[in-house]
Amino acid sequence: MSIVTVQLGQCGNQIGFEVFDTLFSDSHSSQGLCSKRENEAYQASCKERFFSEEENGVPIARAVLVDMEPKVINQTLSKAAQSGRWKYGQHAYFCQKQGSGNNWAYGYSVHGPRHEESIMNLIQKEVEKCDSLSGFFIIMSMAGGTGSGIGAFVTQNLQDHYAHSLKMNQIIWPYGTGEVIVQNYNSILTLSHLYRSSDALLVHENDAVHKICAKLMNIKQISFSDINQVLAHQLGSVFQPVYSAEGSFHYRRNPLGDLMENLVPHPEFKMLGVRNIPQMSENSLAYSTFTWAGLLKHLRQMLISNAKMEEGIDWQVRPPISGLPPLGKMPLNKELHFNTSIANLAILRGKDVQSADLEGFKDPALYTSWLEPVDAFNVWKTQRAFSKYEKSASLVSNSQFLVKPLDMIVGKAWNMFASKAYLHQYTKFGIEEEDFLDSFTLLEQVVASYYNL
Amino acid sequence: MTQSVVVQIGQCGNQIGCCFWDLALREHAAVNQKGIYDEAISSFFRNVDTRVAGDGGSISKGKISSLKARAVLIDMEEGVVNEILQGPLRDVFDSKQLITDISGSGNNWAMGHKVFGSLYQEQILEKLRKSAEHCDCLQCFFIIHSMGGGTGSGLGTFLLKVLEDEFPEVYRFVTSIYPSSEDDVITSPYNSILAMKELNEHADCVLPIDNQSLFDIISKIDLVVNSGKLDTTVKPKSLVTSSAGALKKQHKKPFDAMNNIVANLLLNLTSSARFEGSLNMDLNEISMNLVPFPQLHYLVSSLTPLYTLADVNIPPRRLDQMFSDAFSKDHQLMRADPKHSLYLACALMVRGNVQISDLRRNIERLKPSLRFVSWNQEGWKTSLCSVPPVGHSHSLLALANNTCVKPTFVELRERFMRLYKKKAHLHHYLQVEGMEESCFTEAVSSLSALIQEYNQLDATKSMPVADIPRLSIAM
Repeated sequence: MSIVTVQLGQCGNQIGFEVFDTLFSDSHSSQGLCSKRENEAYQASCKERFFSEEENGVPIARAVLVDMEPKVINQTLSKAAQSGRWKYGQHAYFCQKQGSGNNWAYGYSVHGPRHEESIMNLIQKEVEKCDSLSGFFIIMSMAGGTGSGIGAFVTQNLQDHYAHSLKMNQIIWPYGTGEVIVQNYNSILTLSHLYRSSDALLVHENDAVHKICAKLMNIKQISFSDINQVLAHQLGSVFQPVYSAEGSFHYRRNPLGDLMENLVPHPEFKMLGVRNIPQMSENSLAYSTFTWAGLLKHLRQMLISNAKMEEGIDWQVRPPISGLPPLGKMPLNKELHFNTSIANLAILRGKDVQSADLEGFKDPALYTSWLEPVDAFNVWKTQRAFSKYEKSASLVSNSQFLVKPLDMIVGKAWNMFASKAYLHQYTKFGIEEEDFLDSFTLLEQVVASYYNL
Repeated sequence: MTQSVVVQIGQCGNQIGCCFWDLALREHAAVNQKGIYDEAISSFFRNVDTRVAGDGGSISKGKISSLKARAVLIDMEEGVVNEILQGPLRDVFDSKQLITDISGSGNNWAMGHKVFGSLYQEQILEKLRKSAEHCDCLQCFFIIHSMGGGTGSGLGTFLLKVLEDEFPEVYRFVTSIYPSSEDDVITSPYNSILAMKELNEHADCVLPIDNQSLFDIISKIDLVVNSGKLDTTVKPKSLVTSSAGALKKQHKKPFDAMNNIVANLLLNLTSSARFEGSLNMDLNEISMNLVPFPQLHYLVSSLTPLYTLADVNIPPRRLDQMFSDAFSKDHQLMRADPKHSLYLACALMVRGNVQISDLRRNIERLKPSLRFVSWNQEGWKTSLCSVPPVGHSHSLLALANNTCVKPTFVELRERFMRLYKKKAHLHHYLQVEGMEESCFTEAVSSLSALIQEYNQLDATKSMPVADIPRLSIAM
């Protein structure tokens, strides 16, 4: 089954390019450490999901590019075409002349409705190219105007027009110290709307990825390109094919459906995060060896201590002792040390993957009480190595990991809202104070629900 | 991509405008080596086949034939505009896009606003509509004028109202030169305050600049250039200091160097909208992020570097120095000390080989020494444009919405009151039809209200950040 990707705004398009590039490079890599037959099955599966074929053999990404001003889309299209290995569809983009001005209201209430038909038509064309649709992957940032506002609008539209297809939104959480001054307003409006219309929100925090670049990849002058490549690597590790129940040479067909089934048991809890190890510069890679035991031990501790990368993990954090009554309602400002999970999905790629021992993840103490670990934890595997890493382990979690950042954004937005600063920019385009209040209410609810796991 | 139209009014406005177009041509020539008319150039220039008579000559793609500035030149005297039209830039301007008169406004806001306003309203509208028609997607009007005189101040602000009524969706960014305290025009306080009321009500964003600051900056540059110590030489191709390669060879005029700085400000302001980068910032994002309340739209600007050393490889320390300089009071384009006042919002627009980590490192470093208003503690808007300005490897433009503008306004009001109490020169204004004393009193109360807003914000400066209780929900 195929996934149709919608890339929105500068961020969405810049990341989208890196994602397709990573998926393509990996699927055509010669270091798969597996048999030719295995490799071919992997390639075919990746292609079915993400690329369609053109006459002269250059694969076309199953993607629609949307932006309200032309510079980024032009760059993205030409970068892909220049690579010579894959490209975007010639007409698969929608562009205007003037951007959304970092204004969620402008993106959602003006650009969205104005260009609804054109954008939905483009998406429909992409959908028609698929033999069978797994769903939509929407890449957007929260801080700006186009990705956030039009992203929210389009997701809602997809819900109306493709009610039986799944939607996963890849959301970029902005740096804590401003990229955009009104980023907190734009973020809460985006999150509250997506919570109602999306099936799952896969969140990547700029701060976290930035640290990975600095500490693990040893990049001195970190550019957005570097950040996006790390991000693309993490997404690739989740979305590249994995074995179905039959094992070797047979790959799972419905990536989005499988992800949702494993990770989103309850609509109140939709926020997912990814951790992927190992992650290091190519130079360091040459001198490192890994064992599954070591990787999984680190990954487990990263999960329960809410570490976003493999350095500076707090080994003091331990799961609560099973048998004790669950902790009652926690006050909102209590320090959260232990990261409780609702569901986890481990994805292992590489050599000797069958020997990996995942018992540590089945400990009921890691999870909330309302799901059995056998339902809350799943594993996917493939022997085919991913992107130069002989062994690569990813963990997609639905856990409390985002509660503190979310709480912080809601707090800052609320602070600004109380002083009424910048509100005139939103009311100008039809987003009133009540809309803000609705968003705050919904998100306070989400925060409280996650806190009380 | 969008287009912008520059409206330059009065002597000051036209002289600065002239510098701007010269620099804009140089910048595009440096970036656009193949001579193709692309979207970046089209933001400020039309491409015209001059062999075609009348208006039909616009070419939208392909090689550059003849570039025409998207500009309207207005002056109530002929001297300055005539000089421009006889100078090396004459071919850049469309001779039909001018409005001139002979007698001038006599440094009288009322003459400029009321008399010439009504006299030339139709013509002004016609020229503006024409320039708008030539645009695919007009986003912004840039108005350049001085506050202290008669034409720039009076007619310039009359124009704002016309623009607001005729093109309500198009942004109005005003670059205003404020009179320094040693200004030789006696009535400049009257003109300035009458103009301020219009700026308060009809401008989207104002970039106030004063001559004294520009003069101080130029003096410092001269010091470095002429001192010859420590092998420091100014980069020969720097747009700021050198006229090499410029169409205007003449540098004898005292204001040329100062005007150059303002021209650079406008270029850098629009760079991220014209050229690509990893974090773009369009003009509509400026007012969205920097104007928290409609009346508080005065942005103090600072530009670095103003001169560079001849060394090519500038190590990171120099890069960080650029950020520090942007916040020092010596680099502000008006008399202001933002570091010791309260920030409502701040934008950092970087050009050249600077990455997100450099930006973040410097924000982290400088943040502790700056005071931000309680509801906008992380009030930073940033942009990265890959194309550096000519002659530099990188540059930074900082725009601050900061209470440090208040002293300038307060001082202006004092100078106004000194004159007004004695009714000095008032008759020149009141004898103009449509002018009454109430115009003066309304103007001064508009300014006082603005000053009061800044006062209220300043009062919160030393208060601890209060925790506002959050919404509580029933679970």
